Amino acid sequence: MTAFAQHFSFEFRTGLRDRSLLLLNYLFPLGFYVMMGYLMGSINPQFIDTMIPAMIVFAVLSGTILGRPSTVVEAREAGIFRSFRVNGVPALSILAIPALTSIFHTLIVGAAIALTAGPLFKAPLPVHWPALVGITVLAAFTCAGLGALIGVISANSQVTILWSQLIYLPSMMLSGMMVPMSMLPKGLASLAKLLPATYAMQAFQGLAYGQPGQMDPRACVAILAAGGLLAFALGILLFRWDRRNETRRPHPALAALALLPYALGAALL
Amino acid sequence: MSDPVISVRNLKKVYGDFVAVGGISFDVQRGEIFGLLGPNGAGKTTTLECLEGLRRPDGGSASILGVDPGREPRKLWNLIGVQLQTSGLPAAMSANEALRFFSAYHGVAPRYDLLERLGLHDKLNAQYCQLSVGQQRRLALAVALAHGPRVVFLDEPTAGLDVESRSELHALMQELRLGGTTLILATHDMAEAEKLADRVAILLRGKIVTIGTPREITATGAGWTKVSVRTERASLLQNGASFPAVRRRLEQEDYAVFFSTDPGPTVSAIIAHVEAQADRLIDLRVERPSLEERFLEITQNGGAQ
Repeated sequence: MTAFAQHFSFEFRTGLRDRSLLLLNYLFPLGFYVMMGYLMGSINPQFIDTMIPAMIVFAVLSGTILGRPSTVVEAREAGIFRSFRVNGVPALSILAIPALTSIFHTLIVGAAIALTAGPLFKAPLPVHWPALVGITVLAAFTCAGLGALIGVISANSQVTILWSQLIYLPSMMLSGMMVPMSMLPKGLASLAKLLPATYAMQAFQGLAYGQPGQMDPRACVAILAAGGLLAFALGILLFRWDRRNETRRPHPALAALALLPYALGAALL
Repeated sequence: MSDPVISVRNLKKVYGDFVAVGGISFDVQRGEIFGLLGPNGAGKTTTLECLEGLRRPDGGSASILGVDPGREPRKLWNLIGVQLQTSGLPAAMSANEALRFFSAYHGVAPRYDLLERLGLHDKLNAQYCQLSVGQQRRLALAVALAHGPRVVFLDEPTAGLDVESRSELHALMQELRLGGTTLILATHDMAEAEKLADRVAILLRGKIVTIGTPREITATGAGWTKVSVRTERASLLQNGASFPAVRRRLEQEDYAVFFSTDPGPTVSAIIAHVEAQADRLIDLRVERPSLEERFLEITQNGGAQ
């Protein structure tokens, strides 16, 4: 088996074997999906209309923005990256392969949601299934990049929580997962455009469901792709093998550039 | 003598104002076990990390099998095996996965015989976090050796190992040496270094204060031989009698201990004295100074020879 296959296979199994990753990849998003289906179905029937994309985006955020950063920090602090380094494991593999496995975990959870939301909660199904799959992959890729970047720039696990929540909580409230973007005040709608989850929701709405949204869905796809690529590029640029790594690296504040595509989106869309 | 496998010239490494390694030079030959000894903070680990390509030196040069670790670390990592002092494997990685994972990155088939040899054959599916500290270190060693490296760096390899595992590891190291592998061993364990190393360098505050075979190093000290004597009536204790060539004496429990520059006349005189006191010898030991005693002598003198 090639190094890539070995690495991928190990990371994928870790996503199931590690309790905190299992919780964030599967148990939390699926539990939340079932709870929201029963709860919101009676409180806010409108929620059911966007239930499938909203719960997929929730699963993406849970597995990547909440799940990934601390694994990067813990591996660095435990000297795991040093072991990897002296055995020739490149930084690109360390960041990209877990991201790929996150995409696969998200696809599994996404499939479970998409296939059961109709029968269980009478949620409308997408009209373009390939678009649903494609946008799920893209959203997971983008958020995995951000998750990796948060892990790379954070000095410890507490800091990762701070950064992760800074993306996760506003995403929950403003991206259109819980409340349609059209109902947000103008200021909050502008703030929502700084979040990748908003672009994912808009892309799902326009391309998978064929419904008009607040933004051009193709532009949303482009912004998500640019955001993901930029986050990974910055993650590799700022990557540290250990806490004492004295190799000159750009300042971690450079990570803020990862928000550039979303800032452009907010300005132009 | 053949070209050295490792050649270090005036190697320097500085962290801010702290000089971790202050310009050291040494060579290591093929099939040699070379020990780096020194107290905490002496620069052993930093030296190893510069040679392993993990730290970029601030001055001087190093060559491992003709490769500059600072410039071509990727090339180097296929030629060397490294057991780091502070390193780990992912908590959820099993011994089997670790071996397969790192072997795949080195492009070789996994060597399960190493796990067998290191007593981990029954831990194949145990996750790293389920292994004891000693088992974790043995697994790290198996990973370091999995691709058949020509040079192996071991940083405190026996820390946390039980007596049986240490003995097994020592045997493995001797076996590797006989097979032509060069081993660099950083350790606090003087007995281990004295037993295994062909040559040792003692580091103090980033400088090599002495280098040579353990026998050469112990011989370059004060040169005192330790003579310990226990008698039935303790006639040598609390006794002001003087003996030839004795430079220092002390009492340890029931033993009178003499440090002699010429042990032959000292021992003869002690025996004669005991007989003259109508006493009887119970135990008499003549020991050359150990590497540990020489190490303590050097470090307590601040590196002065």
